[in-house]
Amino acid sequence: MEIINLEGTEDTPKILLDKGNGIFEISGRSLPEDSAEFYQPILDWIAAYGEDPNPETLFTFKLEYFNTASSKLILDVLSSLEDIDGVTIDWYFHEDDEDMEEAGEEFSELVEIPFEFKTY
Amino acid sequence: MLSRNLILVYEGEFTQEITKSVLAMAERNMDSMGEESSIKRKVFNVMVECLQNIVKHSDDFNPLSAKRNAAIFIIGKEDDRYVVTSGNPVDTEAKESLKMRIDEINQLDRDGLKAKYKEIIKSNSLSNKGGAGLGFVDMARKSGQKLEYDFEDMGEGFHFFSLTTTILRF
Repeated sequence: MEIINLEGTEDTPKILLDKGNGIFEISGRSLPEDSAEFYQPILDWIAAYGEDPNPETLFTFKLEYFNTASSKLILDVLSSLEDIDGVTIDWYFHEDDEDMEEAGEEFSELVEIPFEFKTY
Repeated sequence: MLSRNLILVYEGEFTQEITKSVLAMAERNMDSMGEESSIKRKVFNVMVECLQNIVKHSDDFNPLSAKRNAAIFIIGKEDDRYVVTSGNPVDTEAKESLKMRIDEINQLDRDGLKAKYKEIIKSNSLSNKGGAGLGFVDMARKSGQKLEYDFEDMGEGFHFFSLTTTILRF
């Protein structure tokens, strides 16, 4: 599978999707003008990955901020990961960012995937 | 007497680029004042939702229309709070829809807002503006106060919608 490797910008997150090295990460800031357009390739990639996934998939979220339009797409990412066996989510938040911690907890209540909460 | 310091006033065209610039300015301003990070974060959250709403709804207007560039965004700081205000023209249909949604949100307590957020995010309806309908709920949650709004008749079926969100600096 091809690797998706996007550098983060002021308004879009860093994306690293690398099946071969087992690295799956969305980090930084997510406030793109059109979140559906931005996240579509990621959803497509996950759908293709789901056809032949690694036995274990550790998917990392390390977000500083995301707008509400992104939150819908993040839920879509999580929902598509729900269909894959062996997935765990590492949800990072800055140690004093209770909003990001709460956001992760809410997402974990919406999908059937184990979440681990970690600070950085 | 509490006096309001205006940190930032912007009026004119709103685009993603302008949004990024305004956010950067406000962030720098709050950093230089040594504002507490959880307050900064809430103000930032509210600003993004506000600004991006204006950008999305500016597209309703013909590029040649004066209304396209008639939006305004203000951040004020008082001793005990930040006040984020946006203003933009909307049509009558939008006015009715906005009034209904904000009145509903203002009736909800913390738990009600959390439940509302989950209800909207799970529903498959994403407006064609990609707004997800979550913006106001999120603003209310971050603010912890009622959203204040007003509509001023502009004539020709348009209304100037102003929305004020307060973030307390406890």
